[in-house]
Amino acid sequence: MSGTIAARPQAQAARRLDAVTTGFDRHSGAAFILPAVLVILAFSIFPLLASLYLSLVRIQFLEGGVDFTFVGLNNYAKLLVGIDHEHFLGVFADPSPLTVFIEIVLAVILGLRLRDYLRGRPSVAGAVGRSIVSIALLLAFWLVVETLAPGGRPGTLVVTLVYVFVGVALQYLLGLTLAILAVQQLPGRRFFRVVFLLPMMITPVGVAYLFRMLTDTTKGPLYPIWSAVGLADTSWVTNPWGARIAVMIGDLWQWTPFLFIVLLAALESQPIEPIEAAVVDGASRWQIFRQITFPALLPVTTTIVLIRMIEAFKIVDLPNILTNGGPGTATESLTLHAYTIWRALDFGGSAAVAYLLLFVVTFVGVSYVNLVRNRVAAAA
Amino acid sequence: MTVRVVTFTGPQIAEPLQRRAPDFAKATGANVQVVTVPFADLYQKILTDFSTKTNSYDAIVFAPQWMGDYVPAGYLEDLSARVQADTALQWNDIAPYFRDFSATYQGKVYTIPLDGDFQMVYYRSDILQKDGVKPPETWDDYIAIAQKYQGKDLNGDGKADYGSCVAMKRSAQSYWMFVSVAGAYLQSQGTGQGAFFNTDNMQPLVAPNEATTAALDTYKSISKLGPPDQLNLDVGDTRGLFTSGRCALSIDWGDIGTLAIDPATSKVQDKVGSLILPGSKRVLDRKTGKLVNCDATICPSATNGVNHAPFSAFGGWSGAINKAAPDNVKNAAYAFLSYMSQPAQSGTDVTLGKTGFNPYRTSHFTNLDLWVKAGMSQAAAKDYLGAIQASLQSPNMILDLRIPQNATYEGTVLDTALAQFLAGEITRDGAAKQIQDQWNSKTDELGRDKQLAAYKATLGVTR
Repeated sequence: MSGTIAARPQAQAARRLDAVTTGFDRHSGAAFILPAVLVILAFSIFPLLASLYLSLVRIQFLEGGVDFTFVGLNNYAKLLVGIDHEHFLGVFADPSPLTVFIEIVLAVILGLRLRDYLRGRPSVAGAVGRSIVSIALLLAFWLVVETLAPGGRPGTLVVTLVYVFVGVALQYLLGLTLAILAVQQLPGRRFFRVVFLLPMMITPVGVAYLFRMLTDTTKGPLYPIWSAVGLADTSWVTNPWGARIAVMIGDLWQWTPFLFIVLLAALESQPIEPIEAAVVDGASRWQIFRQITFPALLPVTTTIVLIRMIEAFKIVDLPNILTNGGPGTATESLTLHAYTIWRALDFGGSAAVAYLLLFVVTFVGVSYVNLVRNRVAAAA
Repeated sequence: MTVRVVTFTGPQIAEPLQRRAPDFAKATGANVQVVTVPFADLYQKILTDFSTKTNSYDAIVFAPQWMGDYVPAGYLEDLSARVQADTALQWNDIAPYFRDFSATYQGKVYTIPLDGDFQMVYYRSDILQKDGVKPPETWDDYIAIAQKYQGKDLNGDGKADYGSCVAMKRSAQSYWMFVSVAGAYLQSQGTGQGAFFNTDNMQPLVAPNEATTAALDTYKSISKLGPPDQLNLDVGDTRGLFTSGRCALSIDWGDIGTLAIDPATSKVQDKVGSLILPGSKRVLDRKTGKLVNCDATICPSATNGVNHAPFSAFGGWSGAINKAAPDNVKNAAYAFLSYMSQPAQSGTDVTLGKTGFNPYRTSHFTNLDLWVKAGMSQAAAKDYLGAIQASLQSPNMILDLRIPQNATYEGTVLDTALAQFLAGEITRDGAAKQIQDQWNSKTDELGRDKQLAAYKATLGVTR
């Protein structure tokens, strides 16, 4: 009896300890992750919220402090429909039969794809999400077509989209070509592997100054070449498309090595057996690349293209140093646009540009991941 | 003790501060650390540093036109008493305009002038003389001369050179060049009339009207008579081109005059003439927006019927002290700025092209020996100083904009519209409209009455 009485408190204590331990176990995940969450909150989320607030105010420096005046969505309205909309969105060309035709074709393609998707009985969230993406894509295509058409002028949003999509596509193609060359048994390939990596090691500002000298046709180091081909009296960087191309070449030169090194690693880690089997079966080099090598590269391609796209949206050093965003605003990216406004101490306007950039990057990133995820899974 | 002084990434302006800092340290025991930032970032760097109370700068060497933002916010030390008590500074030797505009804000002295800034036209005196061409009196003359020499070999190296070299780079210092051109059409009744806004209602004068049209047309014509990459050239580039003998004409501050005498870099020693900015025979009638012919009433200070409006662009680099600095550091900072401005130092510095400092004291203008010692001939010195004095003494001199957020008005709105216009992104009329709309938007945002009062206050300057 006494033993039973003595065992009860022990059992109760054991149960209590067990409950405490279970509680710790249950919350241990949260406890371990808390420091990281606090760091992210302090250094990422709170500044994000603070800059959101900044984008809704106008700031003035007064004696003894700073005055914040709440202006609602005025800073955004200025960019989208107000006094700065031509700078941000661009100038729309008068509709021509060609642009209208292109827009109708794009609308039909997007409409058909949306219809096919909806026929597959997706969830409500999926259907709404896909519809929003389709409408946003249509608007983006319309903006690009209308501002790039003759008579139009792209704003900083479209210029950035050109840097991202055209620039990253070219970087990927060149990086892949170089990676394929570097895995061949060619003389000097080790040397070239190192050389191809060098541009990535240089600071972007250095690259911008380098290209500023190279594109100087009147006294730069390439002057003899420009002169020999009769281009000494022309300038790359005073023609809008010449300047944009100069910026993209600089970006291409700097970032192709990143794609090259990752693709090279992926190519070298590919199993040799399927390729040998294909060779035995008489497959051509092109067939081997298309049916075996490229599908195997798709997962890594998806990742590096996403990383490069996100980075490319933030391009600022090259257009800032190479052309100061000029001629006019022809090479000005969204980040440079935000920086230019910030430099004049319009912090609210600058934060609004930065938030719109964040929105665009998030939209493009999420859409891209959703678009390629199923395809890559199917190909793998 | 260390005094931290911020200015722009030179080498000009920073060079004399850095060069003279060790001598100052030897004499006083106070070290001077010169921090430099790119020109386009200087305005906001100082403002954000002071407003966030970071106070990493004890003294600033900056554009006095930014006092409109720095003084009302209480960031700058009132130097009036110090200046009064400082006999070594020889305050009255500083030309009245620089004392009143560059140094003074609402009756109090906040800066020590270190530089005198007027834009002028430079021409190749040897070539024009040889060809019997008169230096330009009007902007039409300027274009005609530039056209004549565009594509000709001007320095005997066998290469085609340029009729005119003008800095037109965006986010740099090119918008001042445009005001130098536009001023002749916009202001004719004297300094108090103002060249930026109508003093009745703060409506922009750079707006859709015939004067702005003429100025933009002239500016565009000049942009086509120069190096192919002129739209991407800053003043450092055009100065290099001019002193290497590649340009017949240029618009610039006083720097070309002193750079041209440097035997190490110049191929145009004693081949450079300096002139007050060219003018116009037709000026803006503010009631109708039309250009009207000059007469004694409309252009009272015209010469040969030509209205000149010399532009004191920028106002000259000046030094000020952070009010929040410790007292002993403020004293040391003041002593350093005074030392830099005193005739013994500044008399030499203004004759050196590498300093970026131009004459601003009476003694700089009267003491020709300084210039002859620096390598200028008597005739060239008289010509150079005469052009500056003609600008300084003109009753129709244009004062640079000095109202709250003038960095936005000039450095962002005007600069962007001009860059877009030169690049062909917007039309001439579109550029005028864009500047008008965006200036009005900024004025309404900050308060029209407040901005008008600030603008009128700056125009009451004596010379």
